[in-house]
This record gives sequence, C-alpha cells and structure tokens, in this order.
Amino acid sequence: MKAGKLDGFLPVIGIAGLAALWWLTAWNKWVDPVLLPSPEQTFGALWKGMDDGALGFDFVKTVYRTAVSTAIAAVIAIPLGIVLGSSEKVYRSLEFVIDFFRSTPASAMFPLFLVLFGVGDETKIAVAAFGAMLVILFNVAYGVINARKTRLLAAKVMGASRLRVLFDVMLLESLPQTFVGLRNGVSLALVIIIVAEMFIGSQDGLGHSVFDAQQLFDMPRMYAAIFAAGALGYGLNLLFIVIERRFVHWSGK
Amino acid sequence: MTAVLLNDMSASRSPGANGAARRPHVTIRGLSQRFDQVSVYENFDLDIPRGELISVFGPNGCGKSTLINMIAGLIPADAGEILFDGRRLDQISFGYVFQNYREALFPWLRAFDNIAYPLKIMKVPPAERRARTERLVEHLGIKLDLNLYPYQMSGGQQQLVSIMRALIVEPEILFLDEPFSALDYEMTLFMRGQLQRIFMESGTTMVLVSHDLEEAVYLADRVLLLSRHPARVADFTPVTAARPRTDATLSEPDFVRTKAHCLEVFQREVRRS
Repeated sequence: MKAGKLDGFLPVIGIAGLAALWWLTAWNKWVDPVLLPSPEQTFGALWKGMDDGALGFDFVKTVYRTAVSTAIAAVIAIPLGIVLGSSEKVYRSLEFVIDFFRSTPASAMFPLFLVLFGVGDETKIAVAAFGAMLVILFNVAYGVINARKTRLLAAKVMGASRLRVLFDVMLLESLPQTFVGLRNGVSLALVIIIVAEMFIGSQDGLGHSVFDAQQLFDMPRMYAAIFAAGALGYGLNLLFIVIERRFVHWSGK
Repeated sequence: MTAVLLNDMSASRSPGANGAARRPHVTIRGLSQRFDQVSVYENFDLDIPRGELISVFGPNGCGKSTLINMIAGLIPADAGEILFDGRRLDQISFGYVFQNYREALFPWLRAFDNIAYPLKIMKVPPAERRARTERLVEHLGIKLDLNLYPYQMSGGQQQLVSIMRALIVEPEILFLDEPFSALDYEMTLFMRGQLQRIFMESGTTMVLVSHDLEEAVYLADRVLLLSRHPARVADFTPVTAARPRTDATLSEPDFVRTKAHCLEVFQREVRRS
C-alpha cells in the first residue's frame, strides 16, 4: 500500500474535529456552561493541576497503584498460566473456576476485600490485582495451549526433553498472547483502581480527584482529571505495545 | 561424535545398479497401523538402501507421510519393528524436515541459531555450535543471510534453513515430508536443485514424501510406489539417470520411460479399489 503525503496527519483530524465541536458547543452555549466548560478552561485546569502538583500527585498515586497491582498479577499469573496451559488435564479441571471468576465483575469483590484488607491501599491494589490476574492467567494459558503443534513436534523430533520444550518453545510461543493478557490486565487494573479511589475511603488518586471535583461542582477540574485518566490508560497501553514490539518481534508474523 | 562431517559417498554411488546388493540401512518388518477402523499398514516389510534418496509416492491417503512419521517416531506404530543397521531410533541421529516450514522454524531465533538449535539440545558448547554451523553452511555452499529471522526470508529460504537445521546433527538419515509443496513452482525448481546438491554433498540416506511424480522421479535413486491402504509396495523403481540431474534430464528417454512406468503403476493402484 502506498502512503500518501498526508497520511501522517490523518489521526490529527479526529482530534481537531472533536476540539472544534467542543469549542463551538461551548462558544454558542448549546450546553449549560456549568456542565461543559470550554476547552481553554479545562486544559487550563489540567495544566494548573499538573503544575501546582495537586492533580500531578493524584496521577502518580494512581500510576503507582495500577503498576503494583499489575505487577503482582503478572508475577502470579504468568507461571501459573504456563503450568495450566502445558497440561490439558489441569487446564480442563480448572477452566470453569477461572472462567467463572473472570466473568465476575471485580467490583463485586470490593466488600469482601474490604473485610479482608481494611480500607487502605491494600484493598484497592488487591482487587485490581485479582481482576488483572485472571485476565493474564487466561491469556497465558491460552497462548501455551495454542502453541503450534508442528513447532512442538519439531523440538521433540530433535530430542528435546519436556522441560526444554516448555522453556525453549512453549514459553516463547505463548509470549504474544501473554502480552495481549498484560495489555487487557493493565486496562482492567486501571478501571478497578479508579473506581476504588472514588468510592472506598480514598484521599488521593485520579478517581478521588474526579469524584471530589464533581462534589464541589468544579467542572473544569473534573474534566481535567478525566483527561488525565484517559491519557494514563492510553499511555499504559502504548507502553505495553512498545515493549511487545521490542521483545516479541515475531508477533503476528 | 566423530567429526567426519559428511560421508564421502558421492564418488562411489552408481544409483540403482548395485543398490539391492548393498546392505540395507533401514529394515522394516511387520509394520502395522490402524486409524479408527482403517488399516493403513498391515504387516508391511521394506528395506531402504543406504546412501540413496528414496521418494515415496502413491494415491492420496495411502499413508505416505504416515510411513516416514512412523519410521521417524512421530507416530508410534501399532506393531512391527524398524531398525537402522540393527539399532533402534533412539540410538541414531536423524533429521526431519516438515512441509510447513513457517510453523517448524523458531521465529524468535535468527536463521543461524535455528540451524544450531539441535546442537543446543545435545548440550554442545556454544563455541563448537557456532563452528559446526559455520562449517555446515560453508560446506553446502548456500548463500543466505543467516542473521535474518525466518519471517524475513522467502519460503524457499526458510525451507533451506529447515533442511540445514536437520543436517546439523550429521544425521544418518533425513526424512522430508513434502518439503516443497508449499512453495511456488519457480522456487520448487530451485529447491530441487539445492536438495540434490545437498544430497550429493552429504551422501545421507534420504526419504522424501512427494505428491509430484516428476519431482519424485527427478530427485530419487528409487521411487517407492505404494498401493491404496492397507499399503503394499506396488513397485520400488530404480531411477538410473546420472547426477547431477538438470532440466535436460527431464526430457531424456530413460527418464521419461521411468516416469511413465511409475505413472502406470500409480494409475493401476488408483483404479484398484
């Protein structure tokens, strides 16, 4: 396919279009200005919040919680997923349990985790880690199960032991799917953390910031916090894509 | 392991003429295999001569691939004995080339490391792995950028890497399961030439499954023609054309006659049902 001269600018069109629509709406007061502040006010609040540190501090808190919960989830789920995926019998006997809890909204676990861990950071991180873990676990196991049969056979025919096949072939075969799991896992962890910061006794974090601004009817600050959360979600996804391109260069080829 | 990289067989070979008299390399006795209710092999006997390239050809579903998969231990046979100079499979070194090179190579390794990988399994130290791989590449005279990853190569190049990976262990016998059938015609012609050269260089016994009669005859010292299942040896036709064979070989009267004979046997077996 031939890339036109303007192809690089295509993504900008959507952004510019949305900004223009927003600006027009605010300018013509089609929506109550209290509910929808102008882009200048919003980005002013975003800049100010990041600059004077209030929003910046919340941002860092949310990043910290999301990162810790994803890391815990990955450390538990990746080895477990490999064990699970490498034995059909183990997988089949646990498939329902994993699928059931994966389908259970993690937010429904908040009360339980509150009882277990109290109202501190631990609860938020634990629920997010729980949700992310199941997503990662499922994907890793799936990646191992779907390792190309020919590739496993090729290693076997060369005389590779079961352990060697596991480490040299299955593990690498499952990497692309593991990254799918990590990307979905980190997104889910962020969702859970933000919700937790809103409703379970939090003094900081982006979720708290959104909720707090809404309670005070400080709409520019609320939109600013929403944008910060959006940017964080997008950035985390991008980060994992970059890491994947770097380390799983064969993915999709 | 002795470092005689590749046997010096090419000089002494006169295909077919004395093949039968030579001590067989592989002896198959009483081989039986059933899939569901179908008996694919029933008390099947075969001797594969040493240092020859055998093409396996036959009607669809007669069990061509099954045969080499059983010999190479990919499928356990229900009954029967397969010996290599009197030894079992786990006592010899062998190579296997899959039809689906894309799924048989390791995309996370560069071509060079793909070729060297079987040595890693054999716990050969890295320096020696490197040296042996370089020696093999040089010996075969194949010009390829081995720093590329498989997915950066053409299909034919990937299959060449597959073949070299199978050869790195200095196998006594090499199995090839329709190695060129996923390639386009131009690449197939090129690869036939490459395989013939590798065969002449290495003198390794090779068993090639093919679904292309011309290819089967062109490459083979003997064409093993199988019947419909339960498979019997319908014919074990020697191909006497001198090596290296070229495009001109394809139109030589001897070659044409052999091919016609194989086709006749094949047609007879297809019609018999």
